[in-house]
Amino acid sequence: MAVREGLLALLDEGPRHGYQLKTRFEGATGGVWPLNVGQVYTTLDRLQRDGLVDVEVAGDADGAPGQKTYSITAAGREELGQWWVAVPSDDPPPRDELMLKTLMAIERGRDHAMEVITKHRSALTALLQLRRRERREQRDTESVAAALVTDALVVRAEADLRWLDMCESRVTALAATSTQKGSSE
Amino acid sequence: MSTVMQYVRDDTGPATAPSLEFIDVVKSFGTGPLEVRAVSGISLRIAAGEFVAIMGPSGCGKSTLLHLAGALEDPSAGRVLVDGQDLATLGARDRSELRRRDVGYVFQRLNLIPALTAVENVMLPLELDGVSTGAARRSAIDAMQRVGLDHHLDRYPDDFSGGQQQRIAIARAVVGRRRLLLADEPTGALDTANSDQVVELLRSLCDDHGTSVVMVTHEPRFASWADRVVFLRDGRVVDESTPAASRNGGDPLGVDR
Repeated sequence: MAVREGLLALLDEGPRHGYQLKTRFEGATGGVWPLNVGQVYTTLDRLQRDGLVDVEVAGDADGAPGQKTYSITAAGREELGQWWVAVPSDDPPPRDELMLKTLMAIERGRDHAMEVITKHRSALTALLQLRRRERREQRDTESVAAALVTDALVVRAEADLRWLDMCESRVTALAATSTQKGSSE
Repeated sequence: MSTVMQYVRDDTGPATAPSLEFIDVVKSFGTGPLEVRAVSGISLRIAAGEFVAIMGPSGCGKSTLLHLAGALEDPSAGRVLVDGQDLATLGARDRSELRRRDVGYVFQRLNLIPALTAVENVMLPLELDGVSTGAARRSAIDAMQRVGLDHHLDRYPDDFSGGQQQRIAIARAVVGRRRLLLADEPTGALDTANSDQVVELLRSLCDDHGTSVVMVTHEPRFASWADRVVFLRDGRVVDESTPAASRNGGDPLGVDR
């Protein structure tokens, strides 16, 4: 994913050790995007191979022997500049499980659709309630990044709930029209 | 005068929130072929100090349920209990007393009286109840502090933002010992930021002052502040959600993508 560009963005602030990059990355993403050290070094190796990052190995005399400091190259800056302005591609396509499940349920008929919509609506609402509660409990200690991550989860759940409302009203409208047709025949 | 004295004494005593219970409640409007069932068999218990949100498509019976809770309407069948007391068994005087003294309403429209100052608006229900001006003012100031408005008390509604006006309306609804707050789309006329603050206020009235809150809303964003969300459809309860329900279920919907 975008870990590569995230590391470049952090290196754009100044040279860093691998472990520093890990902790800064996790802090900046509000703790919801943990990285393992191995993943950080693999990514840095690739960035170095592609000429986007330079590595300097510290001498034996001071500090830990062989500790590597990474810095961004001109090519790395250019790549980062493009990343900031690139609109994320529509990937993955809108084929999440909620959508599939609901569409399949509608295919099967009104009653089943209503049941599935109702269950998912309560589950999503419960999730929102849980996030609110967590937010209230952490209010004083929460970082801006963590708050914004929660906000993102909240608005996504809201979007899903809104979509379920649309499903429900369309299914209801559809059922009403087919009943009318049925009775007039 | 004796009832007034008693009222003031009650006001200073410990205020406990009443519970609210619907037992097999049915409410129909019209008769015969024109009969419309707004509520068709709802049983629901709202504990003292609980915050419950009621959601559902329009016409699902949400507002009717609030009217029944506040004894503004009588059920066609079933019972409504406030603090264990069946509203149907109360005489007209006791009912209007209960309505005045225990139950507060907040609506989408702000309904403040423009010619009265903020604090006078909040004092109004007490004064109509015969409470002396001094005692009413003290109670009103206390209520305004509960909603986070403790200055500009003597300004007029128009001097306040929409969100602040709704705070004043909420203060008026909880003034005195009213501890059952019925809110019908209380954020309907407000922008998002003000709405968030109003719902947060309802939350804190529950947490810090033990007020029972029943709020009708169609926005999941605001419903999620409640302890429990009850979903209605066609006058029936179709489901409920509490945060604990999702804790066990993990994240099956992939919202954490």
